[in-house]
Amino acid sequence: MTKVSPMHKEIDEETATSLLGFWVYMMTDCILFASLFAVFIVLKNNTAGGRNGAELFSLPFVLMQTLILLTSSFTSGLAMLAAQRSRIKDTFIWLGATGVLGASFLALEINEFAKLDHSGSSWRTSGFLSSYFTLVGTHGLHITVGLLWLGGILVYIYKKGLNETSVKRLTMFSIFWHFLDVVWIFIFSVVYLLGVI
Amino acid sequence: MYRSKAFKAYVTGFVLSLISTLIAWSVVNAHVTSGHRRYSHLFINVLVLSLAILQLVVQLIFFLHLGREKKPRWNLQALLAAVGIIIILVVGSIWIMNNLNYSMMNMVPTQEDQPF
Repeated sequence: MTKVSPMHKEIDEETATSLLGFWVYMMTDCILFASLFAVFIVLKNNTAGGRNGAELFSLPFVLMQTLILLTSSFTSGLAMLAAQRSRIKDTFIWLGATGVLGASFLALEINEFAKLDHSGSSWRTSGFLSSYFTLVGTHGLHITVGLLWLGGILVYIYKKGLNETSVKRLTMFSIFWHFLDVVWIFIFSVVYLLGVI
Repeated sequence: MYRSKAFKAYVTGFVLSLISTLIAWSVVNAHVTSGHRRYSHLFINVLVLSLAILQLVVQLIFFLHLGREKKPRWNLQALLAAVGIIIILVVGSIWIMNNLNYSMMNMVPTQEDQPF
């Protein structure tokens, strides 16, 4: 890893460029979420006579979701650290933990959406619920894509081991996952915490 | 790996994020269980949003290593550009829509106002 050959340096620069490119994509993704937040804040009180956040959201439930996602963000960072140090066993353990936690988060969210829909609060009910489902659903879609990507990385590392490509992909994945947690913190604060007061 | 600086940074970020999440949640929970009477809405809004922004900064530093970037700090520059756009987008939307709501309130049509 510490060999300094001109060849190696070039690959490193290429990796750095890809990582910067991915970072810029993440910024545009944040702008996408910001516009959905703006829509939600504007439509928040338009419940059209239906139920509002205080009647629909459960605080303990959303705290559990938040802690699960925060922990998975932490473990994805540890997986990246382990991969950079070529510790394949630790990489698998932490990536596996990230996947299990991410899947639990998604299962809770799908469960919540199904419950809301069954209790007569679907995305068609009001402006508030349309914007709620769009914002939280877009986040959930990102989590779903992230989990599929994580599966792909696991298969790749299992087949090819920890080479430069797998470390690069893992680093991108962990940037993606950290940002999804940051977006969730704002959903937790703006949609849920400020929605029930 | 578990003794490295990078690992300690992750643990620090995780603990700080946990603390700020739990503070925000407990304050709102106490407010709701007291029948929405314990704190003022302004206080909760300011507290919850400040803690969210604090946690954003904590994660940028400890999870995304923004502070350890070498010059010319492209990541930071891209982030600042995005933050600028986000502030214009969110604050601008809230501002103009509130203004619109306010103007609409003064334009409730009465019998005399209606042209037909």
